[in-house]
Amino acid sequence: MCSAPDTSAPVKSAPANLPRRRFVNILLGTGLLASAASFLYPVLRYLVPPKLPDLGGDAVLAARLSEMKPNTAKTFRFGTRPGLLVETAAGEYRAMSATCTHLGCTVQYRPDLREIWCACHNGMYDLNGRNISGPPPRPLEAFEVQVRGDEIFVRRKQEA
Amino acid sequence: MAGPVASVREWFDERFPLHDLKALAQKKKVPVHRYSYWYFLGGMTLFLFGVQVLTGALLLLYYRPGADEAFESVQFIMTQVQFGWLIRSVHSWSANLLVFMAFAHLFSVLFLRSYRKPRELTWVSGILLLFLMLGFGFSGYLLPWNTLSYFATKVGTEIPAQIPIIGRPVLLFLRGGEDITGSTLTRLYGFHIAILPALATVLIGVHLALIQWFGMSVPPGVEAKWQAIPEDKKEIRFFPNFVLRELMAWYVALGLLGALAALFPWNLGVKADPFASAPAGIKPEWYFLFMFQTLKLIPAKILGMDGEMLGILAFGVVGAVALLLPFLDREKPFKTRRWITGLACVFLGYMAVMTVDGWVAK
Repeated sequence: MCSAPDTSAPVKSAPANLPRRRFVNILLGTGLLASAASFLYPVLRYLVPPKLPDLGGDAVLAARLSEMKPNTAKTFRFGTRPGLLVETAAGEYRAMSATCTHLGCTVQYRPDLREIWCACHNGMYDLNGRNISGPPPRPLEAFEVQVRGDEIFVRRKQEA
Repeated sequence: MAGPVASVREWFDERFPLHDLKALAQKKKVPVHRYSYWYFLGGMTLFLFGVQVLTGALLLLYYRPGADEAFESVQFIMTQVQFGWLIRSVHSWSANLLVFMAFAHLFSVLFLRSYRKPRELTWVSGILLLFLMLGFGFSGYLLPWNTLSYFATKVGTEIPAQIPIIGRPVLLFLRGGEDITGSTLTRLYGFHIAILPALATVLIGVHLALIQWFGMSVPPGVEAKWQAIPEDKKEIRFFPNFVLRELMAWYVALGLLGALAALFPWNLGVKADPFASAPAGIKPEWYFLFMFQTLKLIPAKILGMDGEMLGILAFGVVGAVALLLPFLDREKPFKTRRWITGLACVFLGYMAVMTVDGWVAK
């Protein structure tokens, strides 16, 4: 096992053996590389954090009617992110994502302006979530609101 | 082309003693004889430790210590993270093989009497490393926070509590309180990922430096033969000849680990419930089983003394003897050699019998 291999004699004398040796080297080298890649691949995949289960179409209980008054708002948990439920001065319910599309701060309702405001960089959205002034590049994602009895449910808008 | 490379190398050489390190690596020769296979075990243990460091670091990316989160986060690793099951299973398998290799390395060094002068400190650092590895095993066992690990830790921390005077403070120190709670988890987590690794790094550094410095020990029988017939003496260079062989063995071991982890992935079990009764057949990891089984079988009273206490004391004595073994060995008279080999055989047999008994016992 540990004895020093005595390979000097045949290799030195025969240059004809060189292509064969190169072939063996390539064979071993590719095998080694391939197996190393197979060891490394799971590790690289492991480093990618998995997506947290999304809520999909499920409705979330955002608030109770008794909690809300006209011209107020409430933040609620929507999956892993905050959502914002607004009762307009006219008594309508609007719900949208509370994550500012600029740099991800959580927005708030300004009863004095009757608009949605992001304190971080003075971004403004209207009550439909449309970006109307300041740095935000996109509107806030609007959600569907359903009132069932005393409870206000919020769900993602269904496509089509 | 060689110009800039050479100058960078020169710049580096003037600021880093790479020459001396290279000389140290090349100085060492590995003797070749019928027992040379045993030289691979230490390197294999080192390799498995490296696997532990890497997979442990990966597990840290998703693991969360805490009674409310630990189990769930391991569950998350096992079910949600891509190849998370593989990383955790490799970590568990490698941990078990590491302890096995460490024991195999210990007994091979013992039977080949490699601990004799001037390698006494190499032996002592090795025994301390073995104790550290057992500490790693014990502290890591609780981290998934499942029923089995919860009760094993409960029993395991109760054992040192039997020692008079210092027992109770030790228990409180290990548990971070009276009971196994989230505080215990935080504590053992800290030991597992910070304190033990720091100590292990230093000790492994010392252990390897000593081995590199003194070279491989030649068993006394072979040494005597080589002295009589110097032409028989065979050696290979440590670098690159032996290193390449060792790397080959490591590569095979890595493949084997992957296969074991894929074919026999580690279970997660049921989340620990501090208010549930202990399930039947609760057992520690196999490498603690012989001690566990001894304490189970020992009579409550021996000659008017507490049996359990005596058992713990006996294992303490065995640990101390193991640590100081090189200093008990005398070149002359040769009797001590036979004594040591005999005792080691008896202990090895005892460990084997008790482990099997513990494994089979209900």
